[in-house]
Amino acid sequence: MHEMGIVSGILTASVDAAARQNATAINEIRIRVGELTEIVDDALYFAFEALTPGTLAEGATLVVEHVPGRSKCVECGTTFNHGRFDVECVGCGSYFCEMVEGRELEIESIDIDLPDEPDTGETP
Amino acid sequence: MKIDLSKPILDRNERMAAENRALFDEHGVFVLDLLASPGAGKTSTILATIGALRERYRIAVIEGDIASDVDAQKIKAHGVPAVQINTGGACHLESDMIRRAVDALEITEIDLLIIENVGNLVCPTDFDLGEHAKVMILSVPEGHDKPYKYPNIFGRAEAVILNKYDTMPVFDFDEAEFRDVVRRLNATVPVFPMSATRGQGVEAWAEWLAARIEAQRAAATR
Repeated sequence: MHEMGIVSGILTASVDAAARQNATAINEIRIRVGELTEIVDDALYFAFEALTPGTLAEGATLVVEHVPGRSKCVECGTTFNHGRFDVECVGCGSYFCEMVEGRELEIESIDIDLPDEPDTGETP
Repeated sequence: MKIDLSKPILDRNERMAAENRALFDEHGVFVLDLLASPGAGKTSTILATIGALRERYRIAVIEGDIASDVDAQKIKAHGVPAVQINTGGACHLESDMIRRAVDALEITEIDLLIIENVGNLVCPTDFDLGEHAKVMILSVPEGHDKPYKYPNIFGRAEAVILNKYDTMPVFDFDEAEFRDVVRRLNATVPVFPMSATRGQGVEAWAEWLAARIEAQRAAATR
């Protein structure tokens, strides 16, 4: 159950970025989670619900995009998708493959509300 | 308004891990992160490793546990510097905890730093500490089917120690199936059958580790 720590990382980064824009609220946070990490979606949503009240992200939607495992064969260069087991090149059968995707834990974007008053033109 | 962040969630942990790794490399310290369930024999394996390699390398240990310092005391009783980290309930170690522990050690007097992570097969796998290798221990009584249930840790380890190998006759452990599923998760990972408390199989593991340490040193001086 390390999702609590993951979600607090998501919130810190999102709230910092939103505050720099003087946002009044965060509507949505989109994250990318590799399918080969040990992250459980339900635990993420649970932690998100527990940690957001009283922050700019209160009431926001957490959108989780799953990234499948993907490797490149060192021997023949073929790139292919795979699960956790039998990571074997679909081109030549080699086991010597380098993972290129599937262990992501990234915040992709946030959607925020800005204050109604006109922009002062100052960069915060 | 949408803002693109494209930022690692564990950004802070990863930055500190990179700093740790740079510090270790600067001082020529090889760092091993040892992962296993509670009771698999992490501390016994560390003691056996110390016994096998203490003439060749100056060794220090960081012990991660939710509470208590019983493990650090066991290591210190063998005359090896040890620092205890208490996570206070957290299920894994993070890179800033390692930095604070390293500050309590004499880094210029260490060749091999062994980190005993919190007993857990899930959470520690997603956290880079700045180590050079993650190694996992599975003990025979836990059963040969564990790689099906906890695939990530077997997929990430650079070596797997099969501990309590001497208990094989009393458990229904299918070693062939175990090796097969480990290979399906991690095609090139070596498996070391071992009995840490009896000294059986320790030499092969220690030789692998020594070779890994020497390879790291060669890469660092290049």
